[in-house]
Amino acid sequence: MDSDTENVLEVRDLSLDFGSPRGRLHALRHVSLKVPRGRVVGVVGESGSGKSTVALACMGLLAANAQVVGGEILLEGRDILRMNQDELQAVRGRRASMIFQDPMTALNPVRSIGTQMVDIQYRDRITDSEKRKRAAEMLGRVGIPDPRSRLKAFPHQFSGGMRQRICIAMALLVEPALLLADEPTTALDATLEVQIIKLLERLQSEIGCSILFVSHHLGTVAELCDDVVVMYAGEVVEQGTVRDIFGNPGHPYTRALLECDPGRIKEKTRQLPTIPGDVPDVLNVPPGCIFRDRCPRAFERCASESPVAHGAAGTAEHLARCHLLDGNSEGA
Amino acid sequence: MSALLEVSDVRVRFRTMGPLAALTRRVHDPYIDAVCNVSFQLAPGETVGLVGESGSGKSTLARAIAGLVPVHSGSIRFAEQELSGLGQRSFSRVRRELALMFQDPTGSLSPRMKVRSLITEPYRIHGMRDRNFRQEAKRLLEMVGLSADFGDRYPHQLSGGQARRVGLARALALDPQLIIADEPTAGLDVSVQGEVLNLLARIQAETGVAILIITHNLNVVRHITDRMAIMYLGRFVEIGDTDEIFERPRHPYTEALLSASPEPDPDAQHHRVEIHGEVPSLMNRPTGCEFHNRCPYIGERCKNEAPAFSQATSGHFYTCHHPLNTST
Repeated sequence: MDSDTENVLEVRDLSLDFGSPRGRLHALRHVSLKVPRGRVVGVVGESGSGKSTVALACMGLLAANAQVVGGEILLEGRDILRMNQDELQAVRGRRASMIFQDPMTALNPVRSIGTQMVDIQYRDRITDSEKRKRAAEMLGRVGIPDPRSRLKAFPHQFSGGMRQRICIAMALLVEPALLLADEPTTALDATLEVQIIKLLERLQSEIGCSILFVSHHLGTVAELCDDVVVMYAGEVVEQGTVRDIFGNPGHPYTRALLECDPGRIKEKTRQLPTIPGDVPDVLNVPPGCIFRDRCPRAFERCASESPVAHGAAGTAEHLARCHLLDGNSEGA
Repeated sequence: MSALLEVSDVRVRFRTMGPLAALTRRVHDPYIDAVCNVSFQLAPGETVGLVGESGSGKSTLARAIAGLVPVHSGSIRFAEQELSGLGQRSFSRVRRELALMFQDPTGSLSPRMKVRSLITEPYRIHGMRDRNFRQEAKRLLEMVGLSADFGDRYPHQLSGGQARRVGLARALALDPQLIIADEPTAGLDVSVQGEVLNLLARIQAETGVAILIITHNLNVVRHITDRMAIMYLGRFVEIGDTDEIFERPRHPYTEALLSASPEPDPDAQHHRVEIHGEVPSLMNRPTGCEFHNRCPYIGERCKNEAPAFSQATSGHFYTCHHPLNTST
């Protein structure tokens, strides 16, 4: 329904392997997702679900042992998988920028914040003092007090929350069309987490960029995102608007994941729900549904046939890959 | 019932500069108080939670109780024995009764030892060589829900959740009366977090062990603890019954923490108490109430006068001049 230009980012049928001593790990399998212009899309999943790999692939930052098996990643209509290094360089830090989980390792420890923020504007033909002025302005916008004098400071002189603010300032300085945020609040305390979420919310509406927000924290996703993509073991199992996913989850995995969050359990209990079993080995992906071994409602068809996306309750965009939602099947 | 652990007025100090630097820079007191005048009790079989942001001193307090950092002043009594000032040798006897689960699950396990040796190491350290280590390892692994063949694995072959289980098995080896669990679920996925917490609950039901749990995850604290204490800059700002504190927090910091955790519900109505800025430095403690520069309800008294502990009608203690939820 959307044309290419309305989606800032569109990942189509992306499959990706990692070479390893044990063999090829099929880390992403047929992943498709869209980030429409001006929307915040959350990618949730547990460790090893491939959510960070998707974000890194969108920036062309994959490790050397990664190999794209199929699919395309369209950033404003252009496939970044077919770009050479120069073309990639022209897009990165201009049309798309990224913030990472650990703000200390993302910043260069031996250069001042000001120098780093001037450096990243290397494409702009303005004087250094103008660049410094822009940097200070941006630092002010992300809530660093006294930004002009703080430009001289080094990363270790800031606290964790301040460092993440600086990373956000650097990422948004170029006014990108797409911001990729990989677990930006995981390393922060709860009160700071809220501050960073509020900041991202405000800047997103001011700058009008789209955000792909990767997180395992359901609470922050519910608060910040418009749309949500749920990943499990390298596959997208469900996607829809934030209300679809949190109000009417269609996939048993999403439902189980939501039930596990102690924040959603209103009655005090010593016995917390869990998802029994382990994430399947992506070295040899079994046929059928990827979640069936842990699914409480699995039936014969789940073992033989890989489910396609079916419409689930809620809006038209709400899709879940589960046989139970197929009109013809009889759920166990 | 007498308390199993009784901490009174404990203070832990760290030096921030050498004596010479302090002399030349004319710093009279080159120390910070990482833990400051903390008192609480823990009954046998009870679960108490310590909550606070990074740098609030919660891990330092736990380490002080376990004798891993020296206590500057105050007293820690465990099973009717005074711990502060105890020598290394006598302390090692205490550690049979008081076990630690460390924050970094794989980092706290030696990478060169197999799980079997790791979990039976306490017997070797405490000279209980008459035991059948193989059998004990099997028993301990079963207790934490792992099969016996995990004994042959090395720490790098364990997942995060499995490593926590091994850490717990090692803590349980000597049948302690108290387990101090430092962030037992940090870095775990929600589905695995539940498993580890359920396991702790089951072990507690079976053995009657008391648990002191340190975490910044308030949702965890609400479900599994009987009582909780909130720390800010090394001090307790509120302590009492968990249910009561969640229902009627008196300290604005507690309320801010409670409302800070984002709810996994996009339609949730947030009555969020927003606190601004970050935790001040311990080297430069604010005057008066130490929370006053971030507090949304600041009054005149707060800047100069440190609030003492007051008791709420419902029974728990807090330090605030302008407590919340007092009308109910």
